[in-house]
Amino acid sequence: MKYVFILLIGLFSTSVWAQTKADTLIQSGTYAIPVYNFDGLQPLLQTNSDSVFVINLWATWCVPCVEELPEFIRFEQDYLNTKVKLILVSLDMQSKITYALIPFLQSRKITTKTVVLSDPDMNRWIPLMDKNWEGTIPATLIYSKNKRQFYPHPFTYEELVSEVKNFLN
Amino acid sequence: MKKLTLLFALLCFFTIIKAQNTTPTGYQVGDYIEDFSLKNVDGRLVSLSTFPESFGFIIIFTCNHCPYSIAYEDRIIALNNKYNSLGYPVIAINPNDPQVQPGDSYEKMQERHKEKAFNFPYLFDDGQKVFPKFGAQRTPHVYVVRRNPKGMVVEYIGAIDDNYEDASAVKKRYVENAVDALIAGNKVEVNYTKAIGCSIKVKK
Repeated sequence: MKYVFILLIGLFSTSVWAQTKADTLIQSGTYAIPVYNFDGLQPLLQTNSDSVFVINLWATWCVPCVEELPEFIRFEQDYLNTKVKLILVSLDMQSKITYALIPFLQSRKITTKTVVLSDPDMNRWIPLMDKNWEGTIPATLIYSKNKRQFYPHPFTYEELVSEVKNFLN
Repeated sequence: MKKLTLLFALLCFFTIIKAQNTTPTGYQVGDYIEDFSLKNVDGRLVSLSTFPESFGFIIIFTCNHCPYSIAYEDRIIALNNKYNSLGYPVIAINPNDPQVQPGDSYEKMQERHKEKAFNFPYLFDDGQKVFPKFGAQRTPHVYVVRRNPKGMVVEYIGAIDDNYEDASAVKKRYVENAVDALIAGNKVEVNYTKAIGCSIKVKK
């Protein structure tokens, strides 16, 4: 079962994430979390496909992020097998992946694609993510082939659904 | 009539500038700050006027619980070691509401101050009246201010340096560079930086 899961993740990675290579892959149990610097992550922030990507920036230490996470998970389940894809980009420190991030995902049975963005030169990449963003999380990026918007604030399920609808037209 | 047109043009110009400026409210570089009076971990009230000899301050909004704040604790101590005697002491302020973040209560601040032997005031923004004036958004969030005849002027806003995770891998020491420039009588080159940090905890 474990191998099937890893295989599935593997297949998913090669299909959607073929463009980019992680700095490292941190594995624990059934979880394999790729770690990127911003340049490594950047190809994952754009698409030529017809999918709509919802990128949630969060961290296990960020209380409002953890609070909104169930809304995103519920959203993901409701949009299963559609062209909407949720990706969790964790800003947890690299040293915390095995001890904080993976146990967190495990205990909440979260199987959403999760990657870690670990790039200390924040003053460089924060404006590249969005020029008006101050770096506060939670923050969410929604993008499709020809539309993108950055939201430096928490979401409720309803807000998320209504926002994503604008990308599906 | 010509004057009116000019006035109108100027008005438009400033409206555009205003509209583009999406930075949240609070002090900006070049603004003069008001003094404040907050309780230190030793029970005494501390103000900027408590240090009439200083040339300025390194004011740092920080707290106990935030992993970024913790990662920077030793570097904040080092900043004070280096710059207190040069006239730029560190003043740390915990802006969080302990009812939202119990780890940042006044008692916990006293404990942390003792554990880490902080060599600078660690003030409690009781009632959260001070951090909104600064427009502080996260912890740690630094404001370097310089004394001039008119008051205390903001010279730098942002992060301490460019690597929270590894102090030995730091390439750009934003705060040190800013204070060094001020001490040398120069302009601060990088006077605004962005960083990820823990949001300041307020009751909803």
